[in-house]
Amino acid sequence: MKRTILAALGLATGIAMPAAAADDIKVGLLLPFSGVYAALGNEIEAGFTLGLDHFGAETEATFSVVSQDTEVKPPVALGKAKKLILQDKVDVMAGIVSSGVLGAVRDMVHGAGVPLIVANAGNDAATGMDCSPFITRMSFSNGQVNRPMGTWMQAQGINKVYTLAPDYAAGRQMIDGFVETFTAAGGEIVGQEFTPFQKTQDFGPYLAQAKASGADAVYVFYAGGEAISFVKQYDSFGLKADLPLYGAGFLTSPLYVNAEGPAAEGVITALHYVPTIDSPANAEFVAAFVAKTGRVPSEFAVHGYDAARALVEASKTGANDRATLAAALRGVSFDGPRGQMSIDPATNNVVQPIYVYETVAGDTGLTQRVLAQLPAEADPVNGCAMPAISN
Amino acid sequence: MAIDLGFWTLQALNALQLSMLLFLLSIGLTVIFGLMHFVNLAHGALYALGAYFAAWLAAYGGFWLAFLLAPVAVAGVGVLLYSGLIKRMRKSGPMAQVLVTFGLIFALLDLTRIFWGDLPQVLDAPAMLDGRLAFFGIEYPTYRVFIIVLGLVVLAALAFVLGRTQIGAMIRAGVDNDAMAACLGINVEKLFFVVFCVGCALAGLAGAVAAPLLSVTPEMGLQILIPTLIVIVIGGLGSLKGAIAGSLIYGVVQTFGAVLAPQLASVLIYALLAAVLVIKPTGLFPAKG
Repeated sequence: MKRTILAALGLATGIAMPAAAADDIKVGLLLPFSGVYAALGNEIEAGFTLGLDHFGAETEATFSVVSQDTEVKPPVALGKAKKLILQDKVDVMAGIVSSGVLGAVRDMVHGAGVPLIVANAGNDAATGMDCSPFITRMSFSNGQVNRPMGTWMQAQGINKVYTLAPDYAAGRQMIDGFVETFTAAGGEIVGQEFTPFQKTQDFGPYLAQAKASGADAVYVFYAGGEAISFVKQYDSFGLKADLPLYGAGFLTSPLYVNAEGPAAEGVITALHYVPTIDSPANAEFVAAFVAKTGRVPSEFAVHGYDAARALVEASKTGANDRATLAAALRGVSFDGPRGQMSIDPATNNVVQPIYVYETVAGDTGLTQRVLAQLPAEADPVNGCAMPAISN
Repeated sequence: MAIDLGFWTLQALNALQLSMLLFLLSIGLTVIFGLMHFVNLAHGALYALGAYFAAWLAAYGGFWLAFLLAPVAVAGVGVLLYSGLIKRMRKSGPMAQVLVTFGLIFALLDLTRIFWGDLPQVLDAPAMLDGRLAFFGIEYPTYRVFIIVLGLVVLAALAFVLGRTQIGAMIRAGVDNDAMAACLGINVEKLFFVVFCVGCALAGLAGAVAAPLLSVTPEMGLQILIPTLIVIVIGGLGSLKGAIAGSLIYGVVQTFGAVLAPQLASVLIYALLAAVLVIKPTGLFPAKG
């Protein structure tokens, strides 16, 4: 019932919308500029603006951007999404850092038929069970980042692993992705713990357990403040030498790796982007981002940058309103800083290579040494029955 | 799992370390409450400020300068808060006080964001505390030992001042019955002011010592506030004994809960809190009978 009303609402606004000049596309950015993920929101916005500046000239369309702060609160974000859709009448939305926020706006976006380019939130279900033809993800999915690492680590001769992650959807999906391929390859999980999310400041008790588990290595997912505390505490207990630390690459993201300092050296993680990928497209992006912000871009910046580029690519096909943009976004593919990437039409999730990298000391602080590039794999369909675009 | 005596020693030290950090924080809050009947929810924000001041000062003069000056700087902020806000709010009832100090949390949080940005700040432990100490057949990070020792020193100093000195007697008298203490010629207002500043300085000290262990982010003050409140509710408002007992209980339950019943780790402490509130609503060691 709710969906029908929303759909009707979307239809009504679609009709009521004045025929905008064919070449002006109104973009609503839905990002956290306050709250725990404010740093991510700013980073994605910087990347997005850079992407529009850089590729905008390739299309005849012009873009006007309206930004809204989600405060990382689902109800607030839903209100802001409504405002963007009904009042600002945006043609397309981009952003969303938290999976909780994505879950909250999903039905609204789907019902109103407004294309949404997800620029971070990695919840597997968003391009699985809850997939929508209007939601295209240019960032990553939680399982995607970790699955290749299971096979790779086993191939490195690591047989027993202890895993740790915060106890919430992303933490569990990240670890499940890793465990699935690691055990399939013949590895053994000797222990697993999920720590209370954002309530754990002291990882000491868990580290002592990991040490006592008899594992060859520890595999973790932590991000932001928790990642910094974890990496520093892991090193302070002197575990790195005997029990190497592996994980999803958010653990040592360039955004905050310098706050971890030498404790992060030698940590090996997997991610869909690192600033040291050796390619002309990446060199150009890194140089432009450094010139703009004075710091090396993180995976979050590249999400914004590629989201903007996907939008430009879509508009190059002549798409200029909600329905045509949604259809065009699903067919986008290009060779960007992350390498060759495309959208899987079965789930609308991005298909991209995964990089295994080690954090090492460089000339100016910590840097990333790419150890392996693992081939791009489309996510399993995961329960997604993609409805046709009908608007 | 090879769990032996070393493992439990390690976990006991972890529990003690967490307890001491919480003790530094809760003692200031609990004495301010006991003496002034003032709920200063902004205490957590002062802890975050302590960490930020420390990270900032360390960039100029190293860890030890930051360690000494950050509490002083936070006490300075305390002076401003006291003269600007708290003094006026003294008679306005707990609800207004809670609302004002709750608002202060967000104001201070956004101020730290404006000055230092959203990206986490760095404060490294000094080289002499950077390694690990080996004892009882285990290795334990020196910096954590330092926190435990610091907590014990502060505890001893406070126990001495509160129990053995004249000013301590005045504070205890004020906690027991401030009207009567004032009648006996104690300048209760002045006493409040001093206690408030010392409480703020201790919050700043806790922030400064927590910074190398944790990450310095704007939200750290909010994250520590609830554990601190749990500590003083379990321990009983206003007493040193309550703060130390509450901190130890929290540290032990949190640490060993995470080890023995990880699925219940986040629930255990709240269950204990509920039990204490039902059985002994005033806490285990309340300042007044």
